Amino acid sequence: MTTAPEFSLCEQLIVAASEAWRGNGELVATGIGPAPRLAASLAKVTHTPELMMTDGEAYLVEDPVPLGPRGYDDRKPAGYLPFSRFFDAAVWPGKRHAMVTPSQIDRFGQTNISYLGGTYDQPKVQMLGARGFPGNSICHINSMFVPAHSKRVFVEGEVDMVSSVGYNPARRIAGATFDRVDLRLIVTDLCVMDFGGTDHAIRVVMLHPGVTFDQVQEATGFALQAAAEIEETAAPTAEQLAIIARLDPHNLRATVLKDNPAGKRT
Amino acid sequence: MNKQLTVEQFVASLKSGMTIGIGGWGPRRKPMALVRAILRSDLTDLTIVAYGGPEVGMLCAAGKVKKLIFGFVSMDAIPLEPYFRKAREAGTLDILELDEGMLQWGLKAAAFRLPFLPTHVGLGTDVMTHGGFRTVQSPYDDGEVVLAMPPLRLDAALLHVHRADKLGNIQALGPDTYYDEWFARAADQSFVSAEEVVDRMDHSYPEDARANIVERCFIHGVVEAPLGAHPTSMPPSYGWDMKHLKAYAASARQEGGWDAYVAGVIGADEAGYLDRVGGKDTVAALPLPIF
Repeated sequence: MTTAPEFSLCEQLIVAASEAWRGNGELVATGIGPAPRLAASLAKVTHTPELMMTDGEAYLVEDPVPLGPRGYDDRKPAGYLPFSRFFDAAVWPGKRHAMVTPSQIDRFGQTNISYLGGTYDQPKVQMLGARGFPGNSICHINSMFVPAHSKRVFVEGEVDMVSSVGYNPARRIAGATFDRVDLRLIVTDLCVMDFGGTDHAIRVVMLHPGVTFDQVQEATGFALQAAAEIEETAAPTAEQLAIIARLDPHNLRATVLKDNPAGKRT
Repeated sequence: MNKQLTVEQFVASLKSGMTIGIGGWGPRRKPMALVRAILRSDLTDLTIVAYGGPEVGMLCAAGKVKKLIFGFVSMDAIPLEPYFRKAREAGTLDILELDEGMLQWGLKAAAFRLPFLPTHVGLGTDVMTHGGFRTVQSPYDDGEVVLAMPPLRLDAALLHVHRADKLGNIQALGPDTYYDEWFARAADQSFVSAEEVVDRMDHSYPEDARANIVERCFIHGVVEAPLGAHPTSMPPSYGWDMKHLKAYAASARQEGGWDAYVAGVIGADEAGYLDRVGGKDTVAALPLPIF
């Protein structure tokens, strides 16, 4: 394993994010968006080959499908997981770990992709709707990818509409089971966080080279905890970079972070 | 028994105020010819239930929708449906926002004529709060409290498939048929548009019987509508028309954009529609999307 001399911050984040799926076993690894999808693919190609994955449509594949234009029939299905089986077979039985990019995240790990501002009846900004977030968050493992760490994403109070379940005790319903709520990593352009703090509080576990804890705190709307020892996020190896390049032949990863910064901050 | 209808007969069998479920998923295999027939009609005050794509935006823009029950409204490569957003941000729509899986669960409850189906999904979120969903305690020893998802009963379901026969047998090819079968079973009446209608499926396509996604007792009307999913996708026959969808989305930013789309694209009839969007050959050759 050799450390490559040149890499982008996005490539470093992809490698860090791929760690979310390490040792997950046979479940569907879903990365929504170019970087999370490359991270899931990298995890399957390198450290956790037993992961399952779809072609983004209806088939399960053993070789992750590259991003972007290619021959329609290039994919080689190994199995079948159409939308009509996805909730039955992957989401509700808990056989999935998704990495998503919410518009808002609060201190409890509750997220919002429904709307911003205003009210449920008249939102100021309508977004996607809750999509599968309520079911995903109460049934299976979830991680998050945040390309621009800011107080607009990591909000001070609760998110505007709780689309996904977090660890908020006030949202627990007596007699109901929240045992499967399992939030793992939050990978941002500044750091890697987990939910290993007091009562699942969000905790900084890695800082990207050149970033300080105070900088992360400054960009976050709530108090963060710090791991006992905060590591520096590792640089990608040449092998990892080669796999990422093969899976992203059109370099869509260059569009994920504003101005596609280098991994080494100056 | 002949269930074949003209598109005019189809739309005449609907009534204002109905709850209508629309099959497909986002910009995929939507029964757009049937939706356009509704857009050309006087129908109003509809409750629409859908994994929404452009059909939801269009029905909102046309003022046809009183209430929307949805898991999302998106055109995939264009994530935010502009006319749906306009309607939401204007505060003119009654809505019930659901988790995608809850929507499927509600259709199943309706299909099975059950008062509710239990689920964990929605607990701990604002989907439960805003939707007014209630919980129920398991009568068994675990005593667990779960959300009681009520049935989403439909007056009518609209689907688009590759083939149908006059008896109501349908075949949906392609990699995915989404929740179309549950929309059909949840509905009092299901209307299916098809790329091709034949007299008897067993005489024409017996080798594809496994593509029959729902039994003909759930199918009440069959309309022949070649290329009837345009501008949404219909794999393996044709892909979505992203150029068209982008132009449609852009119209939402223009003064009078919707009226121009109605006059210049939707027009008076379906035969003319295909000419207006580039002709049958062009639509039939639209490339399949790659994910």
